[in-house]
Amino acid sequence: MSKTYYDAADLRKFGKITEWNEELGNKFFDYYGKVFEEGALTAREKSLIALAVAHTEQCPYCIDAYTKDGLQRGITKEEMMEAVHVGAAIKSGATLVHGVQMMNKVNKLEM
Amino acid sequence: MATKSLKARNNDIANTSRQMEILSNGIFADGELPTFAAKIKETNQFPLRPKKLEILQINLGYMCNQVCEHCHVDAGPDRKEIMTVETMQQCLKVIKNTGAHTLDLTGGAPEMNPNFRWFVEEASKAGIKDFIVRSNLTIIRANKKYYDLPEFFKKHNVHVISSMPHWTRGKTDKQRGNGVFDKSIKALQELNAVGYGMPNSDLKLDLVYNPSGAFLPGDQMALENDFKKALKADFNIDFHNLFAITNLPISRFLDYLIASENYEDYMYSLVEAYNPLAVENVMCTNTLSISWDGWLYDCDFNQMLNLKVNSKVKHVSDYNEELLQNRNIIINQHCYGCTAGAGSSCQGVVA
Repeated sequence: MSKTYYDAADLRKFGKITEWNEELGNKFFDYYGKVFEEGALTAREKSLIALAVAHTEQCPYCIDAYTKDGLQRGITKEEMMEAVHVGAAIKSGATLVHGVQMMNKVNKLEM
Repeated sequence: MATKSLKARNNDIANTSRQMEILSNGIFADGELPTFAAKIKETNQFPLRPKKLEILQINLGYMCNQVCEHCHVDAGPDRKEIMTVETMQQCLKVIKNTGAHTLDLTGGAPEMNPNFRWFVEEASKAGIKDFIVRSNLTIIRANKKYYDLPEFFKKHNVHVISSMPHWTRGKTDKQRGNGVFDKSIKALQELNAVGYGMPNSDLKLDLVYNPSGAFLPGDQMALENDFKKALKADFNIDFHNLFAITNLPISRFLDYLIASENYEDYMYSLVEAYNPLAVENVMCTNTLSISWDGWLYDCDFNQMLNLKVNSKVKHVSDYNEELLQNRNIIINQHCYGCTAGAGSSCQGVVA
């Protein structure tokens, strides 16, 4: 067993999850591939969304994968960092908007 | 940014047998990844054989005004290997009799060969259909004596193919050197001014994109659209097509991959993206490469690895197209670079 929870080389083995459940694994990868195809959104826009979500999910594999994917598509580091800030803004916004719940509760409980 | 070639720095990688050793050992020797030969055997494509000869690619010398980080030629101002008039005359004899329809001049910066213009004029008389010069763009702005190159190209209806790694200054200069972006933009505008690259113009101007780092090129069409949009909006530049080319793990790019600890991951990316359809049309099947000193190779990459054609005829002075066409193409692990994804060649994707 590996001594750490994450190993960068494991990303290459992602496809192997189908070995223990071929049907569901294949369905997932078909779906995954379809999602990232050119559609109403460009593949480039989807790549940037994926990069932002990779950060909010804090998935190191996804961050590696979509940083490289972005470079391959000619996405600049400025664009990548802006995408990460979009993710971060939603994350912090999601925390802060709960502040309203706190305020409501305080207002209800206080005389 | 390097300012000297690997050769001038006495770098270990400048030794081609050392490169072959790296490509044959490690992950390929211990079976972690299949060798290129094993891979193409899976689809009965071994041995790789030439098809109809279409392109003669002549390297006029390794001298260049730039020292790009990824250069597979290890070109630079300190490289003195350039083609002599005598070898050019041997090439002209071949050009007059070849079945190939395209002549592709490359380097280094081919324009830096003092006999470049004479050679273009003579080759032009031979009436080749598509006449390509691979120009790095900045040479046009490097010295007054090159300022009229756009007019010269136009006069001989040369098809200009130029490197442009990105539509932004930062990414371009990082790969190719400070100031390269601005000079390249100016050169493209000058080519446009004489009619190159304009919509419906017969004066063809294509750009070559290759990744500035340890990753593969994305979709050629999507990149072309992004380049066109940005170059038009920012600099009012027009061009015809963009060729997305994969960096092969040899020479300076190999040195970079090893130094940055990206070598294994990069080889994995290439092998994972292997596409047997690309093998079908890989450029060594329709191209012959001639070095500055007249030796014959299956491609420019094999030239840089010093892997001469596997034929009785090995030099342009003994050129015999029929004999040459009956040969096996020499392959090694670097060939994965031409078969990844949609494939890669000096003319862009192949599958």
